[in-house]
Amino acid sequence: MAIEARNVSKRFGDFVALDDVSVEVESGSLTALLGPSGSGKSTLLRVIAGLEQPDTGAVFISGKEATVLAPQKRGVGFVFQHYAPFKHMTVWENVAFGLKIRRRPKAEIRARVDQLLDLVQLAGLGKRYPAQLSGGQRQRMALARALAPEPEVLLLDEPFGALDARVRAELREWLRRLHDEVHVTTVFVTHDQEEALELADRIVVMNRGRVEQIAPPRELYDHPENAFVMSFVGPVNRLGDAWVRPHDVELRLEPNGSTQEAQIERIVRLGFETRVELVRDDGERLSAQLSRDEADELELEPGQIVYVRATRQRTFSA
Amino acid sequence: MIGRYLLRFGALGYLGVVLLAPVALIFWRTFEHGWHPFWAAISNPDAVHALKLTLEVTLIAVPLNTVFGILCGLAIVRHRLPAMGLVNALVDLPLALSPVVVGLALILVYGPGGWLHGLPFKVLFSFPAILLATMFVSLPFVVREVVPVLREIGTDQEEAAATLGASSFATFRRITLPAIRWAVAYGVVLTMARSLGEFGAVSVVSGNVVGHTQTLTLYVQDAYANQFNETGAYSASVLLALLAIATLLLMTMFRPKEETRGDRGA
Repeated sequence: MAIEARNVSKRFGDFVALDDVSVEVESGSLTALLGPSGSGKSTLLRVIAGLEQPDTGAVFISGKEATVLAPQKRGVGFVFQHYAPFKHMTVWENVAFGLKIRRRPKAEIRARVDQLLDLVQLAGLGKRYPAQLSGGQRQRMALARALAPEPEVLLLDEPFGALDARVRAELREWLRRLHDEVHVTTVFVTHDQEEALELADRIVVMNRGRVEQIAPPRELYDHPENAFVMSFVGPVNRLGDAWVRPHDVELRLEPNGSTQEAQIERIVRLGFETRVELVRDDGERLSAQLSRDEADELELEPGQIVYVRATRQRTFSA
Repeated sequence: MIGRYLLRFGALGYLGVVLLAPVALIFWRTFEHGWHPFWAAISNPDAVHALKLTLEVTLIAVPLNTVFGILCGLAIVRHRLPAMGLVNALVDLPLALSPVVVGLALILVYGPGGWLHGLPFKVLFSFPAILLATMFVSLPFVVREVVPVLREIGTDQEEAAATLGASSFATFRRITLPAIRWAVAYGVVLTMARSLGEFGAVSVVSGNVVGHTQTLTLYVQDAYANQFNETGAYSASVLLALLAIATLLLMTMFRPKEETRGDRGA
């Protein structure tokens, strides 16, 4: 295990940020801590880095107890949400910081920094100051800086949170490839389920300071353990006691024994995908997700009456 | 349109009457007969001694208040202790108190019957008292400049340095100090200006002995009011003004060029 948090609790005044949280992260994996704001995911990351002290519980890094170890001695790289660039240093100096602190030989520092700048596609921008970089470039500089001292684990706090959608998608893919190349155990915090599903090998879903489920993306999506996970990792409809994903709602023009009547309220065409907003005869709303071809074949129109059926649904005991 | 001109001339006129005219007149009266009288006046041994004393006091008070100011600023911003609210309020005391009151307070502490009366060395009416009075009145400036900047930069960069392996001292030296250096520099300029110009508190505790415990400001007052030596008073005043201007210029000169680029955005 690269990282283990065992029964960690942390309060800030009356607010319980972490409530008896236990998480294990395998060596070389890419793990997401996913949850809404206030779920404790960032606090857990900071506890692992040593930037917060847990009230109770223990943290192990690479098998060694690290609970009371100072952040300097944990061998972790940390990328902050707003990158925390050293503003008075150039990009090159920023990346070299962790190596200079460790008094590595100058030639080694030069070689390593150049190699890292190359890796994060900032070669040639070494003499700039952080203020002269774009958000995405600053992010990659922060990543190179964190990787420079060859940490055993890399921790990223909302790494794409402050970027616009396009840069975000690019960087996501790039981070995945980087991880495949560098193989450093990586944990990142996100509130975006798509980001977690796309990037991570394993996802830790958190809510109100507790761990709701830990699973690989596919399993999490297909077999959520409770209603919170089900509704957080993707869109859902509530049909009585059951939870149904929009792509598991089937639309028919004719009723059969198991269908219910519903009226089409709105049709949204999003390229390949067509989303149909419906109101059932008992007044409940639901949405169905169809491919464009399916929708075209049914020749759906707003106001039309259709018959709906869930092809797959889940119920959770409260 | 007219309103705008009124505002402009009003502001300039106010500055002219209140600030510029008095200072300009001092310069004019000093140099009205050329450099020679000025030079003669400031090379008078009493004036030279007063200048030396003022510089000595300043050179001790400013570094001490700078170090204290930085540490106090860090304590107020980075360590949320209950007592820090009180410290924060206390730091402003020298700004609120009249310097004369400061002087009297020092006499109460170190004078006959005071808590610290009877120390093995002389405090009142000698160098230590002048230094203490100057330190008292010039204490808030570095703290007041540093605190808002420390708040603004936050703890992100310091935490990043820690995760990169930097000890607290290395973090302070390489990250925090460079980030607040212009606030410190500005605080130093203000502290220096206040130390050079302090009159009230020093005049109460120094004893004002010519050639012994007379600072440059006391010399100006003495020359003008008691010796009827107007040239001496004006010349010493100009010297004080020049010292202040030199301090400001030095700060501007040492400001590196890349700083203006590096500070842009973010």
